[in-house]
Amino acid sequence: MSKEKKIAIVGSPNVGKSSIFNNLSGRYATVSNYPGTTVELFNSHIHIKNYQCQLIDTPGMYSFLPLSEEEAIARRILLDDKPDVVIHVAAAKDLDRSLPLTLQLIEASLNVILVVNIMDEASKQGMVIDIDKLRSSLGIAVIPTVSIRGSGIKELKGEILRALEKKDTLKAAGSLNLDYPLIIKDEIDSLTKALSKNYRLSKKLISTLLLQSDPEIKKIVKRKEESKDFEKINNLIEEAKEKSAQPIEYIINMALKEKSTQVISQAVKEKKKSKSSTANFFEMLTLKPIFAIPLLILFLYFGIYKLVGEFGSGTCVDFLESVVFEGYINPFFIAIFDKLTNIELIKSLFVGEYGIITLGFRYAVAIVLPIVGIFFFVFSFAEDTGYLPRVGAMMDRLFKKIGLSGRAVIPMVLGLGCDTMATMVVRILPSKRERIIATFLLSLSIPCSAQLGVIMSVLSKRGHVVFIWFFTIMIVFSFTGFLLNKVLKGRRPSFNIELPPLRLPRMNNIFRKTYIRLKWYFKEVLPLFIWASILIWVGQLTKIFDLIVSGLNLPLKVIGLPKDLSDVFLFGFFRRDYGAAGLYDLEKQGLLTTREILVAAVVLTLFLPCIAQLLINIKERGIKMAITISAFILVFSFSVGFVLNKVLLVAGMQ
Amino acid sequence: MQKLTDAEEEILESLWIEIKENKKIPDLKIIKDEPALQGLISKNFLKLDSKDLLTSTGLKEAELCVRRHRLSERLLADLFALKDPLLHEAGCKFEHGLHHGLEDSVCTLLGHPKKCPHGLAIPAGECCRRFEKTPQRLIVSLKELDPGDIGKISYVNTHDSQILNRLISMGILPGSQIKLLHRFPSYVFEISNSSFAIDSDLAENIHVLLLNKKAPADKKHK
Repeated sequence: MSKEKKIAIVGSPNVGKSSIFNNLSGRYATVSNYPGTTVELFNSHIHIKNYQCQLIDTPGMYSFLPLSEEEAIARRILLDDKPDVVIHVAAAKDLDRSLPLTLQLIEASLNVILVVNIMDEASKQGMVIDIDKLRSSLGIAVIPTVSIRGSGIKELKGEILRALEKKDTLKAAGSLNLDYPLIIKDEIDSLTKALSKNYRLSKKLISTLLLQSDPEIKKIVKRKEESKDFEKINNLIEEAKEKSAQPIEYIINMALKEKSTQVISQAVKEKKKSKSSTANFFEMLTLKPIFAIPLLILFLYFGIYKLVGEFGSGTCVDFLESVVFEGYINPFFIAIFDKLTNIELIKSLFVGEYGIITLGFRYAVAIVLPIVGIFFFVFSFAEDTGYLPRVGAMMDRLFKKIGLSGRAVIPMVLGLGCDTMATMVVRILPSKRERIIATFLLSLSIPCSAQLGVIMSVLSKRGHVVFIWFFTIMIVFSFTGFLLNKVLKGRRPSFNIELPPLRLPRMNNIFRKTYIRLKWYFKEVLPLFIWASILIWVGQLTKIFDLIVSGLNLPLKVIGLPKDLSDVFLFGFFRRDYGAAGLYDLEKQGLLTTREILVAAVVLTLFLPCIAQLLINIKERGIKMAITISAFILVFSFSVGFVLNKVLLVAGMQ
Repeated sequence: MQKLTDAEEEILESLWIEIKENKKIPDLKIIKDEPALQGLISKNFLKLDSKDLLTSTGLKEAELCVRRHRLSERLLADLFALKDPLLHEAGCKFEHGLHHGLEDSVCTLLGHPKKCPHGLAIPAGECCRRFEKTPQRLIVSLKELDPGDIGKISYVNTHDSQILNRLISMGILPGSQIKLLHRFPSYVFEISNSSFAIDSDLAENIHVLLLNKKAPADKKHK
């Protein structure tokens, strides 16, 4: 067969792109990062009849004009890869919002197939969609599907094949003539003519994007055209902008909307159906502050404290630790290594105090897995019910005080699970300023679930001190955020978020999401655990660690902590929870007073981000910012510890 | 009442601004041969030898001229997003068409604005005084709606393309129907089957034509 064909799946978030992807690809998908970014792309190589195809699942995109990095990348795939077939997935009930993108894809002269997904939800709402009408008025193939149940996939495959063969394909390119209002029609025409080079997308689309001041497209045009021609193009754009009283973005989008409304009015019959009273009830529970704030507290109490804290880090960890590992796994491996070798060095590498199996593997499986697993489950649940964005809407005003918007609730809550993952999600925040503040706060004051779980189980044995810990962290969080908001230059964040309908999530979806997140986590974390064990082993062997540990003795002494804690702090840098778990071991041996535990817990929570998070900080925010953040945190966390220790001493706590 | 020429209206306008806002009595001797000036004198709007220059009818007419000018500017800026210098130029032409109560209609449509786009006060008209008594506005910002109110988006008052694109991505375009659901802590609204939450800065930019005011009994909190 000739060259591999490319098939790209595009569409806005939450329309079932991934499930269409999974249905088409079977199970063989690989995840790769888009070059130079951390945005993940799902890829799969599939056969359709005798065509060898590469299937690409792109990040969510709402329109051809990107508002976020992810949207920009989705578009870049269309721009640079020029896929042979583009599958635009739209949710049936929101067809009117998706159609403008379909129109733009058609106008780009891409080979588009429109998939109208989640048909069942639409018909439940009393919507009747005439697929044939859509087909004829758009001039492209339209396939109705319910991708979660796999219905319509066979037809979609057939349509893809037809598109690849270019036989019976309804001719897409240029067949749909979008009527732009007279005010800009001429401008678009003359720009289209002025573009002399060949672009992968139609010149008409390029022209409309240029008129909407799209910086990336402008760069491409500048690179391609002769400088004389580019100057002319630039002049045309400026002229058009000056001439038009309304912003051009507006005029173009109005035209797109008008066309799609026209298509919808012919093809879609909708019964006006008011929301059920239960839906209204839950709507009120999550959006009216008097109900929503208690609900949020309940959610955090039961979801995070009870489920993740008590059940995950208490019951599950205890069981895995004392029954499974201490009872079976550790003795089993120790016995094996005793038989295998007499060399202490090797034994200590694998089954010693800091051994790969007895420490690295044990921490990962017995302590981290249950805590993080349950957290991801709770998070996926909150995400799938549509609750999280509502928390964002609730918190927006408060978050504005620390220079963030309600949107930042998502990475902040996720940070309670894994700060590293959350730092990557910070990307959804629209401005650089917000991303810096969020990264800073995640690095400093948001404990991850593994750390949180261990710290809670250590502190809860000492009664009420867990509240002192909590309030200290809250004060640090608010104070730092407030300060950053004052110090950093830039405009106030603005906030908008979609509130998807509240719904009872599908359990298998939640399990799937939890599984994917856990898989990612372990791929990232397990090697680090093992490396940490090896590094500690090397460090101890060569006495380098002793040097660092003794270097830590002094600052620890200043903040009132015994020097036993030095290696706990050192390990804390490898993994946040590693340090906390060390604290757990020390506490079990009864070596610490309540005051010492409390100060250590606070400083460990604030302390430097773990290696993985530091690496992501560098990757996402740049090395300069990452170092600045780390240096500040190092000094700041010890200062807080110092102050807290003094206060506790004055209060008479031992 | 005799009809004024455009030039006569312009003179009245400048005189009103000089006298009322700048508190100066200008010297008109040097232009006393201007036909427009003569016209005003003959219509009994202006007396060169009086110390106030304008007669009482002249003063009233002059105020209306200023009102029409500033209302035109407001209209052109809000609805057609015109900017200076085009705004001023077009405003100068447009104002002369706003007679026979048309200015009050424009004023009502815009929600009885108090200031022109340059920040100068727009003299209140008859409609504004009526409005003071019965608060009913046609076009208001989303921020001023009550939960349950339904409106049709008439325009978005921003030129920031970032904000504009963000609003467009939510489907906020002129002509769309929008229903406000909550005002606090965020503005939550429904637009073609989807709900969104936005902050007050964004809500302020969205101007809607009020279609369906919820019955007053339902909004005791106000």
